Amino acid sequence: MNKKSSLPEKDFFAPIKAWKFLFKKPVTIKVPYVKREASERYRGFHINDWDKCIGCGTCAKICPTDAIKMVEVEDLPQVYGEKPQRPVIDYGRCSFCAMCVDICTTGSLKMTREYVHISPDPEDFIFAPTEKGIHGVDNIPVGWTRDDDSELLELERVGMEMLEGEERVKSFMEYVKGYSKEQAIHEAARCVECAICTDRCPEHMRIPEYIKSIWKDDLNEGLNWLLKGDENNNMIGANPFSAVCGRVCTHRCEEACSIGNRGEAVAIRWLKRYIVDNVPSYEEIINFTPQKKDKKVAIVGSGPAGLSAAYFLATMGYEVEVFEALNKPGGVMRYGIPSYRLPDEALDKDISLIQALGVKIHVGVSVGKDISLQKLKEQFDAVFVSTGFTLGRSTNVPGTEHQDVIQALPLLREIRDFLRGGGPKPKIPKSLVVIGGGNVAMDVARSMARLQKMEYGTVDVKVTCLERSFEEMPADMEEIEEGTEEGVEFYPGWGPVRIMIDDDKVKGVELKKCLEVFDENNRFNPKFNEKEKLYLDADMVVEAIGQAPDYSYLPEEIKEQLEFARGRLVTNEFRQTSIKWLFAGGDIVHGPDIIHGVADGYWAARGIDDYLTKEEK
Amino acid sequence: MGEVKLFFGPNHPGMHGNFSVHMYVEGDTVVRARPLPGFLHRGFEKLMERRLWYQNLALIPRICVPEPDINEVCYAMAIEKIAKIEVPERAQWIRMIVLELARIASHLMSFPGIGGSLGLYTGPFWGTADRDRVLDIFESLTGARVYHMYIVPGGVRKDLTPSIQKSIKETLDYIESRLPDYENLIFKNRIVHTRLKKIALLDRETALELGITGVGLRATGVPYDIRKVDPYLFYDKVEFEVPTATDGDAFSRVYLKFLEISQSIKIIRQALEKMPEGKVNVRISDGNALRYRVPKGQAYVHVESTRGEYGYYMVSDGGEKPYRVAVRGASYPQTFIGIEKYLPGTRIEDVPIWLSTMDVCAPEVDR
Repeated sequence: MNKKSSLPEKDFFAPIKAWKFLFKKPVTIKVPYVKREASERYRGFHINDWDKCIGCGTCAKICPTDAIKMVEVEDLPQVYGEKPQRPVIDYGRCSFCAMCVDICTTGSLKMTREYVHISPDPEDFIFAPTEKGIHGVDNIPVGWTRDDDSELLELERVGMEMLEGEERVKSFMEYVKGYSKEQAIHEAARCVECAICTDRCPEHMRIPEYIKSIWKDDLNEGLNWLLKGDENNNMIGANPFSAVCGRVCTHRCEEACSIGNRGEAVAIRWLKRYIVDNVPSYEEIINFTPQKKDKKVAIVGSGPAGLSAAYFLATMGYEVEVFEALNKPGGVMRYGIPSYRLPDEALDKDISLIQALGVKIHVGVSVGKDISLQKLKEQFDAVFVSTGFTLGRSTNVPGTEHQDVIQALPLLREIRDFLRGGGPKPKIPKSLVVIGGGNVAMDVARSMARLQKMEYGTVDVKVTCLERSFEEMPADMEEIEEGTEEGVEFYPGWGPVRIMIDDDKVKGVELKKCLEVFDENNRFNPKFNEKEKLYLDADMVVEAIGQAPDYSYLPEEIKEQLEFARGRLVTNEFRQTSIKWLFAGGDIVHGPDIIHGVADGYWAARGIDDYLTKEEK
Repeated sequence: MGEVKLFFGPNHPGMHGNFSVHMYVEGDTVVRARPLPGFLHRGFEKLMERRLWYQNLALIPRICVPEPDINEVCYAMAIEKIAKIEVPERAQWIRMIVLELARIASHLMSFPGIGGSLGLYTGPFWGTADRDRVLDIFESLTGARVYHMYIVPGGVRKDLTPSIQKSIKETLDYIESRLPDYENLIFKNRIVHTRLKKIALLDRETALELGITGVGLRATGVPYDIRKVDPYLFYDKVEFEVPTATDGDAFSRVYLKFLEISQSIKIIRQALEKMPEGKVNVRISDGNALRYRVPKGQAYVHVESTRGEYGYYMVSDGGEKPYRVAVRGASYPQTFIGIEKYLPGTRIEDVPIWLSTMDVCAPEVDR
């Protein structure tokens, strides 16, 4: 501190000192003649790579000033996992905070070093950024971009605890343990609510909504979203098989998940399972009070499509009766998928709700044998058929007629019946070859591996298929990986020549090298190198190369009126066939998975409702 | 002569921001003075309750324009205190560098700015031009010149690269070399002495009574500086002094600001040296920024701003938005009670000197 109390002394030379500043360069620059380049991290006007952008709208959600609106772009191509919309930024509101850049799920949005924009028209300050920026020029210097430090997404998925391969092959116990509460909430917090998954899901399940319920720890609300969908919009998005789909869904949603663009997709399937596994019981939370209608609907087949249709029709107040040829309802869920992936308890939980709604399920009644379709037509106002693919396809190579060369579906059925104590023990071979590269082949291989382990203590299962790599194989990668862990050996890229039989016993399979599965027109037309051979030893061979529908229950006069395409029934969008009272769904219409079946059930129920209400008038 | 009512501000070159004082004068002497806030009321505190934890980062710098970083650091530190988050060391050092750079920038506007109130316009011109050099650093470090939005809960948004460190060092050298010029221009100027010495006096008892902090209090001989009293970040790991004065007049207050610049330069140089390598931020919560949650709890954090103790009191109910945030504006006491109680008796031409040297800051009052 200046201690002097008096004024500073007068300095005669002081004014002269100021002269030195005359010869200094000015600190100002002559705008606009001199352009000042902004810094490398400058947060200027945006650019957006439209090829990368998926229109998820996360930028608009984080925007603190509400400057970003998502606007539909008409001439944008419809692409899988994208929304036809792009962000439009209002620079009257933008605060240039770059949160939109840091949270961008694809990394398409960036900021530039451009900071001057002059226009008398306010509309010029509202624009949809492209790669050409606000002034429509190429090669704009990029400013602020997202990096690992400024990342606002959580890219890593919460790992799912599973039994180790060695451990799980010892039994048919479900090996995926499910999320704990902390894990589920952590995983749910990763969702950005873009709803691309909803678009992608065949049933349009309200995925962001139920994930948010988990995040808020309100499982009752979550269950409502699962089982009732959007209640104000005809229950769209409801899935009566949530416990099933929470385990074995093919999860198209996760393939579309916007987080998956830069990180791991949100574990939507496991989160769904978390809700159904952690609510006490459905009946306490879910109640329907439909107005009873005096119309009756018959449903043939109690698979995902059939029971879903029954569920939705029952919630509308219709009287529904389901006819199932086998001894238990569930179709492929009961007899196809092995219990280590889908235990009976999960399925029973879903089916019990459907039964609680008043749906009558007649088991052991085969339509076509025990009761004719015509009879159903007389007794009911509408009929929905969802009989699925029940026949196996054969390679028809020499030797397949042998009794130890068997089809996948009957074998899986036998195994499940045996495990629940309802059937004889299936023949367990010491060594087995499975022909086929799809999920059914995996189910057979992994089920047999378990049986072998339980019976003999060792696993000897070989899987062979035409597809030359794991990526080409139609089976899920996790199935292949988990199968390998359980001791299943894979021989991709081989086609069967014959079953080797010696002394009326199956000894193995002779295979030839497959060079190409599909021809240039993408048609199934395998090419082989006949000289390169492989011999696999086996006591038994299972063929799992695809399934086919069985239409034998359809009377000829009805079959003639129906339209078929590639073995599948042709229907309108409400799953109505060319015969007005006959609706169809599931594998015989769409396939290939449970969630498509549920969607068929939903739309058929709406179609049937429409048909029956209109008929009344 | 009767009493005349005069309006000082909000549209007046001597006024600091959108603020107004109604003066009742008799002759040249103020008889009564009433502060009139509200011209800048945006309801910052209320707005914060309506935005996500992360979104608020774009809002809070606006509570203090010349020195926005104190808001960011208070907001971040309060969240970290509630959520019990360990911030990486490097991030803490970077925060200190940013805060001290902001202090230099703010002081460079403020102490030469007194020239504006006195008709000595070279001061503000020099100050603004030199402050721009600091803003250049901010631009390269944070991507923006004024509202940096750089210090976030959990750390900082981007790393301090070696090239930015180099430019910081160069700028510090430059500013240091300019300090004698400023001293010559302002503090050896007879007009400044005449106009500021023994003017707008504030004694120690009054300052303590009003709760005035910062240079206002230090000019009365109380070495109260949060950086020393309750060290935050790594202020306890660097050496610096807290300059004080005993006169309690306008001149001492301005001169203290000038002296603080050298101390800030000293702190930044030490920070650049002591800063370790490593991460610059950690996550504060599960998931993405749209779903950040801060556990239930409350915290008060305070930092030393250019105007005194600046604090955030924050309450979280465990949700995705703050339940309540209260801001202690550093210039609140001197602006409200100070004007009402201690302006009477002052001459009209000394009113801007009070407002300027006591750092009346409208958004801090109108938060």
